[in-house]
Amino acid sequence: MGKARVRAYQLALLVLIVLGWEFSVRLGWVDAFFFSKPSDIAVRIYAWFASGEVYRHLWITLAETVLAFLSGTLAGVAFGLWLALSPTASAVLDPFLKALNSVPRVILAPIFTLWFGLGMASKVALGFTLVFFIAFFNTYQGIREVSPVVLANARMLGANRGQLLRHVYLPSAASWILSSLRTSVGFAVIGAVVGEYLGASAGLGYVISQAEGVFDTTSVFAGIVVLAVFVVLLDVGVSLVERKLLVWRPEPGQEGGTV
Amino acid sequence: MHAHENPAAIELRGVAQRFGGYTAVEGVELRVAPGEFVAVVGPTGCGKSTLLNMIAGLRPPSTGEVHVFGERLEGLNRRAGYLFQTDALLPWKTALHNAALGLGFAGVEAAEAERRARAWLAKVGLAGFEDRYPHQLSGGMRKRVALAQVLVMDPKILLMDEPFSALDVQTRQLMENELLRLWEEDHKSVLFVTHDLEEAIALADRVVVMSAGPASRVIGDFPIGLARPRDVTEIRLTEAFLEVHREIWGLLRKEVMRAHGQG
Ligand SMILES: Nc1ncnc2c1ncn2[C@@H]1O[C@H](COP(=O)(O)OP(=O)(O)O)[C@@H](O)[C@H]1O
Ligand SMILES: [Mg+2]
Repeated sequence: MGKARVRAYQLALLVLIVLGWEFSVRLGWVDAFFFSKPSDIAVRIYAWFASGEVYRHLWITLAETVLAFLSGTLAGVAFGLWLALSPTASAVLDPFLKALNSVPRVILAPIFTLWFGLGMASKVALGFTLVFFIAFFNTYQGIREVSPVVLANARMLGANRGQLLRHVYLPSAASWILSSLRTSVGFAVIGAVVGEYLGASAGLGYVISQAEGVFDTTSVFAGIVVLAVFVVLLDVGVSLVERKLLVWRPEPGQEGGTV
Repeated sequence: MHAHENPAAIELRGVAQRFGGYTAVEGVELRVAPGEFVAVVGPTGCGKSTLLNMIAGLRPPSTGEVHVFGERLEGLNRRAGYLFQTDALLPWKTALHNAALGLGFAGVEAAEAERRARAWLAKVGLAGFEDRYPHQLSGGMRKRVALAQVLVMDPKILLMDEPFSALDVQTRQLMENELLRLWEEDHKSVLFVTHDLEEAIALADRVVVMSAGPASRVIGDFPIGLARPRDVTEIRLTEAFLEVHREIWGLLRKEVMRAHGQG
């Protein structure tokens, strides 16, 4: 009941915004040159998909996103595990990591283009630098927050180091890692699109930047809409995985069970 | 060294534990014979958990020695099962997988480990709850899973840290009776820590009293001659129980008062 109602309100709000926009332009309150209008945008998106020209760009952006997401997450988790379990390394590297993470990534885009060329590699590298730190910090935190009693219990039950990692550290960190994945996917997309925007020959970011170059606001908005839907779909996919892997976690307010 | 003839299951020799500048326990001497059920009582914060952690090998003593069946303890105590004071189940594993955990660590094949874990869950009254996660169980049920998790490993020594203190009175007496029933089966050596003197007397062969901290040590050692098998609810009403309770309480009371800064 509550959920259906929220959905209804959301739909109503969306319709209101779209209609308000459409009629503001049609009635001449705002200039179509700067704002385009929803019906034109819808037609443009339809044309893109009908002609099939958008698929190539979508595919490129998707590939860059997935590669950045996977490589960044894997590397971040592995590195986070290592640092969390070796106090010396973590103490030594701490300031370096903080400094690296404070670099705004946009600045790196031209350098990556220089190093890796105009193709996909430079975009993947950019997304990687974003995703890596998210995965790293969350893994590190997750390992550090392992309950000492649970850990002692597993040790008393005879767990060796590898078994502790597999049965205690990783599952404990998993809730942190998994809840960071959605953020990571968003950042992987940002890496890809910003990279494309700043210099590429394909991808959604490239499409948007080309349209901006010729003041084609309809294509700009069409690109943004496609991008938004793309991100939402990725996000839904990740939350499905997350829910599946975290069945053991209590729903809020469900703690305790029955006697 | 000729103590090998009949070595104690647990023996503490002049044991002390310090945390930085704070001495929690000092000069502790304690013996638990094989098959003996010993309860340790003392005011909260006197160092009972600290004592168990040293015997478990989780934190070696600052000075003194821990001996287990005649051998000096190095590293973790492989012959001891430890029932912790707070929840120690793995929240991401079901009751069954929690109970089978130790067997899995020991390399027992999964099907066999689960069969034995299932049998133990049934034994502690949890048949039908195998697939529940800890958060889906009540506090008492979680304690039962923890008990199964430890007992399935068949340890020679059982260390229990106020295992039932978080439970309501009825559940608690139920669990105490079940513990006694399980113990009667194979007479493990048990060191049972509690701040509840009645529980200690009802369960144990011997009650050991610790002084208030800092530098807590053993100040009293009382054999409990009550007949077994016992029912913890009924035994509390007997004259013999009350007499021994009065005797020990006379000593413990002062320490509790001291711990609360009134002595
Ligand atoms: N890891 C620790 N670091 C510092 N102090 C500790 C630590 N563990 C226990 N203590 C101190 O040692 C004393 C005994 O603690 P504990 O063994 O938990 O008492 P009990 O189990 O009898 O309630 C307490 O004063 C406690 O604050
Ligand atoms: Mg304690």
